Amino acid sequence: MDDVVRRTALPGRSQSPHDKLARGLGYFSIALGVAEMVAPKAICKAAGVEGIENVVRGYGAREIATGAAILTSHNPEPWIWTRVAGDLADIATIATGLRQDNNSKGRSALTLAALAAVTIVDLACANGLNSEKASRKTAARDYSGRSGFPQGLQAARGAARDFKVPDDMRTPELLRPWT
Amino acid sequence: MKALVWQGTTDIRCESVPDPAIEHERDAIIKVTSCAICGSDLHLYDHFMPGMKAGDVMGHESMGEVVEVGAAARKSLKVGDRVVIPFTIICGECEQCRRGNFSVCETTNRNKHLADKAFGHTTAGLFGYTHLTGGYAGGQAEYLRVPFADTTHIKVPEGVPDEKLLFLSDIFPTGWQAAVQCDIQPTDTVAIWGCGPVGQMTVRSAVLLGAERVIAIDRLPERLSMAKAGGAITINFEEESVVERLNELTGGKGPEKCIDAVGLEAHATGSVDSIYDRAKQAMMLETDRPHVLREMMYVCRPAGVLSIPGVYGGLLDKIPLGAVMNKGLTIRTGQTHVNRWTDDLLNRVLENQIDPSFVITHTEPLGSGPEMYKTFRDKQDGCIKVVLKPAMNGALHG
Ligand SMILES: NC(=O)c1ccc[n+]([C@@H]2O[C@H](COP(=O)([O-])OP(=O)(O)OC[C@H]3O[C@@H](n4cnc5c(N)ncnc54)[C@H](O)[C@@H]3O)[C@@H](O)[C@H]2O)c1
Ligand SMILES: [Zn+2]
Ligand SMILES: [Zn+2]
Repeated sequence: MDDVVRRTALPGRSQSPHDKLARGLGYFSIALGVAEMVAPKAICKAAGVEGIENVVRGYGAREIATGAAILTSHNPEPWIWTRVAGDLADIATIATGLRQDNNSKGRSALTLAALAAVTIVDLACANGLNSEKASRKTAARDYSGRSGFPQGLQAARGAARDFKVPDDMRTPELLRPWT
Repeated sequence: MKALVWQGTTDIRCESVPDPAIEHERDAIIKVTSCAICGSDLHLYDHFMPGMKAGDVMGHESMGEVVEVGAAARKSLKVGDRVVIPFTIICGECEQCRRGNFSVCETTNRNKHLADKAFGHTTAGLFGYTHLTGGYAGGQAEYLRVPFADTTHIKVPEGVPDEKLLFLSDIFPTGWQAAVQCDIQPTDTVAIWGCGPVGQMTVRSAVLLGAERVIAIDRLPERLSMAKAGGAITINFEEESVVERLNELTGGKGPEKCIDAVGLEAHATGSVDSIYDRAKQAMMLETDRPHVLREMMYVCRPAGVLSIPGVYGGLLDKIPLGAVMNKGLTIRTGQTHVNRWTDDLLNRVLENQIDPSFVITHTEPLGSGPEMYKTFRDKQDGCIKVVLKPAMNGALHG
């Protein structure tokens, strides 16, 4: 068979480890997003930044939207890339805080390390999904020769017109002139 | 034996499971020679239908050879018979079966209590299709146990290839019933949403039943090309407004008959309602995405018919019932009463009026099934219909 394309990473499975990882990241996004929306203060404190509660709340909304998109779309790859972009925004935000004179540098550094780790996972997932994609080399196959009528389309038109539609599926006589 | 097993959302695996055995005297066991993946399987794969459990064997479009028959099924089946198995399990005796309403057989759903709760009253048992409809093991496998086998089968002659007969199990009668229940008149315009396998069969059926015009709607060029080959005028809903185009084609009056061959995973491009539905579905506030239904209800000509073979599982939102009521539309829907149509349809195949194998784009060994779910779901590789052969050797990865 020459038109065989590589469809998933694991033979006999519809799901590759990257598909699974993507779903995990989807749930993670939603959980983190909810935390950022309901408890931005606590999150800021844990990350060692101050006074950006509203920004964090906005990031929360972004996380939830991305997570939902990952879980509901057939192709999570673009949304994992969205996560990567989000990770970079997070890192920039914390790094800005770090440069400011603040006394929770330790916590910020830890947060940065955690963010870097998550970014690496996101990148690995996005790259993995990308490399598993089947080539859509056949994007628009042309099936215009497949009528399904061995005697041709013209012969088929109305060939079953004598079929008696069962009574329970007929339009009442009274309505018939209008349908 | 090998079988395709559901292990969770989008997780289908080809695994070894115990061989089925006769459990009841009306049972039979068939050795599967061909089976297919259906759009309905995709709703389970994506897990939009409730009631799946890890370990369930998939599949409801199968055919093969009878290898074992329970004592009470011997009156109508014997070892060696060649049969297609309808996806609806039917007793043949209850009030609904006697009326030909096979898909709502009153006795074959062994989880009647679940279906009673979900739907108000039970429907028929189905193969490989959630515990709401009996949790019966499906036929994407080397062997299949057929309950109520003395009535749940379609006998087919030797000497005709599987490919021409297999779809008597589901999509051919489904397309046929979808068209028949429109009560097509020679002056009718029939609009069909969805050019998947069911839509393709519906186009052919509407042409055979003599519609003046058949219009098919989808967004995938390969599927539209196949619908056109079958005699349809096509509309690509990503390129033009469906409602505008349908009105234009019908002198502003709308099509008399509208058929939803899409179901609960409808796509919509850039429309507000689709974003709304996706969001609600993701938050589990709505189970189904009814974009196509809304469009049909809106564009259908007054006193027309809406035929809905597309599957819906639960709750839908923002349905313009005002349009349905005030325009006096008739809605006919349901899982297909397969055996009601199969004698007639088998004859049409044998007489060469139609050859349903036109829809097959991929034939693969059973072991490649899980990958083919993905290919079919994502419409890759020009895929329209996948047939799996348990006896075929080799897998994609070789
Ligand atoms: N009633 C029954 O007994 C019965 C039997 C078999 C299948 N079904 C159902 O029929 C439906 C179709 O099955 P299939 O095998 O053809 O599946 P499929 O997924 O291959 O086909 C669905 C098609 O609809 C198209 N589509 C999506 N959104 C659309 C829109 N807004 N407008 C027009 N087209 C749109 C898709 O591009 C796709 O080609 C499914 O819901 C399936 O469960 C019902
Ligand atoms: Zn089906
Ligand atoms: Zn019955």
